[in-house]
Amino acid sequence: MKLSLAKGLNAGLRKAMEDDPKVVLMGEDVGKLGGVFRITEGLQKDFGEDRVVDTPLAESGIVGTAIGMALRGYRPVVEIQFDGFIYPAFDQIISQLAKMHARSLGHLKLPIVIRVPFGGGIGAVEHHSESNEAYFAHTAGLRVVACADPADAYWMIQQAIASDDPVMFYEPKRRYHERAEVELDEAAGAPLPLHSARVARPGDDVTVLAYGPMVKTCLDAAGAAQAEGKSLEVIDLRSLSPLDTDTIFASVRKTGRCVVVHEASTFLGMGAELAAQVQRECFYSLEAPVLRVGGYNIPYPPSRFEEDFLPDLDRILDSVDQALGF
Amino acid sequence: MSDDGMEQASAAPATVRHHETVVSGPVEHDITDGGPDMVQFVDGDGNRLPTSPSNADYAQIVEDLTPEDGRSMYRDLVLVRRMDAEGHALQRQGELGLWPSLLGQEAAQVGAGRAMRRQDYAFPGYREHGVAWCRDVPPENLLGLFRGVNHGGWDSNANNFHLYTIVIGNQMLHATGYAMGIQRDGDVGTGDLDRDAAVMAFTGDGGTAQGDFNEALVFAGVANAPMVFFVQNNQWAISEPNYKQFRIPPYQRARGFGFPGVRVDGNDVLAVYAVTKAALDAARAGQGPTLIEAFTYRMGAHTTSDDPTKYRIAAEVDIWREKDPIARMRGFLASKGYADEAFFDAVDKEADELAARIRTACHEMPDPPKPAMFDNIYVDPHPVVEREKAEFVAYQESFAGTEAGQ
Repeated sequence: MKLSLAKGLNAGLRKAMEDDPKVVLMGEDVGKLGGVFRITEGLQKDFGEDRVVDTPLAESGIVGTAIGMALRGYRPVVEIQFDGFIYPAFDQIISQLAKMHARSLGHLKLPIVIRVPFGGGIGAVEHHSESNEAYFAHTAGLRVVACADPADAYWMIQQAIASDDPVMFYEPKRRYHERAEVELDEAAGAPLPLHSARVARPGDDVTVLAYGPMVKTCLDAAGAAQAEGKSLEVIDLRSLSPLDTDTIFASVRKTGRCVVVHEASTFLGMGAELAAQVQRECFYSLEAPVLRVGGYNIPYPPSRFEEDFLPDLDRILDSVDQALGF
Repeated sequence: MSDDGMEQASAAPATVRHHETVVSGPVEHDITDGGPDMVQFVDGDGNRLPTSPSNADYAQIVEDLTPEDGRSMYRDLVLVRRMDAEGHALQRQGELGLWPSLLGQEAAQVGAGRAMRRQDYAFPGYREHGVAWCRDVPPENLLGLFRGVNHGGWDSNANNFHLYTIVIGNQMLHATGYAMGIQRDGDVGTGDLDRDAAVMAFTGDGGTAQGDFNEALVFAGVANAPMVFFVQNNQWAISEPNYKQFRIPPYQRARGFGFPGVRVDGNDVLAVYAVTKAALDAARAGQGPTLIEAFTYRMGAHTTSDDPTKYRIAAEVDIWREKDPIARMRGFLASKGYADEAFFDAVDKEADELAARIRTACHEMPDPPKPAMFDNIYVDPHPVVEREKAEFVAYQESFAGTEAGQ
């Protein structure tokens, strides 16, 4: 079935709610409106106001009460309306959500998913285009994943909800309306585990690591590079914490070159961690330093600048050429 | 309290009054007098106060208590104070890294804790040793956090007493979410005394400034959740007095969130019990939240790391010593003939035994094995934690047989 990424998420949420009556959706405008991106469209109508909860407009309150609901045995799925609105909930996520299982010596579980539409490229006003995944990947106790296409949207959201650990679930908002074939039947082949990376396009010359909205950009870049006789292997990381290092290292050992691409600013971003681990584990395979392509180290700029702020096909290929030039 | 009264006489929720005050200018915060709205049943000398406009709604609850209830509450007050004193002493002797004393707040905590039913749930801050006691949490459980062997670690579902929460105010939202879960389970307003449940969230005067506190009041109000917010106004948020925390007292704030607020004499265990019971009954019956402000005083320091002589005067402490919750209850029981010297002596003896038990437990608490710090970070296996734990163990074992490893 051909679905948009948004519809894939919607179908995945619906399936999870049908499978487990303890799954509850919480967030701003998720009810009648179906969320500002319509990800939860129709779910309140079918599952009722107790299971699709229009919350007061307070992110710490949403996450804090979700924690309480989880302590009572529920599996809350929280929608943060936009990436840049998550910071009021930062304390609850870092101080409580990430640590409570350990603080209780394993007595308490917090099976909570926090959905975050992230990234830019949609011409939005300030605070609507951020990529803050590294803050949460830095925090032990959380799992952090990012889907990049409709099939992963459908399956990964269900896997995240099934996880007994808290999961930060990043959704590439600029890809919400891109469509692709989605196999809805598990019998047709088990979906990839939640924390596995996927070789999105095999290649031989340079490994390109990406996640979320940049996966498509990197695949486009690989297509363009092919025309110039360069073979890029694009890996969709899918999981940012933990990382599927086996898949990453195997690729870099094969190609000898690695470029990391993300929208987030590069300083202490996911690329920094990936570069450190790749140079440590693939040192004797590397033909070039690990390079990073990311947002510049400035606050996300006004949207008239974003085309030049965000990594695009040309900047990715420029770094690929640098890697090949060593 | 009457000689022939029955415990838990009525399941019907008491009416909870709305106290309204128009604030038109800067507010005088009287640090020793709770004012005319404050619910009180026993004065500082242990005399039973007559029915008044402020306490009338709760008088029947007190009348329904038996002398045995009174003696039992007195016992709790004394044992809780002794437990707290032992925690303080263990810190001074280097056995605990820190201890936040509840000295002076025993009645607020015992009154609240005793009003809860088995299926209710408590979300404490970190000073609620008296509530823990009333929930039958073994006092030894509270030591690990302050000794540094864990961050709490007890099974909160064993006694419906959540882990201590150190970040001020965070737990108010957890309590509210838990109460929203109770609503979804249908455990509100059924009329079944053993099923209908409510949640109590504890914080102090300082906690009322936190965003999470105020968000919890919003969420609980909107959801009409079975919640009781219990603010122990002990007058001091470390060194900051009430007037630096709020312009109107917390109980008056509840009205703005759409539910009743009540100020109660936090050093009068009967008053705290009655007010809390009424609020819990209302919550369980589906009538929504109540905010209770227990007007009390922190007789000791904020924690063992604090020095209150730098910011408050001794005369203030002396005034509050006259309002001591234990002396007051003892005077009440004695004057009514509900307890004699033999009873009081027996409680004191039991307190000494409890202290010895806590002391022994503290001394015997083992340091956990070092690799245990990697345990329970995640529910499901996590490759980074597993790899680092293995590396850590190998590193530690590399010292075997060397001087450092012996």
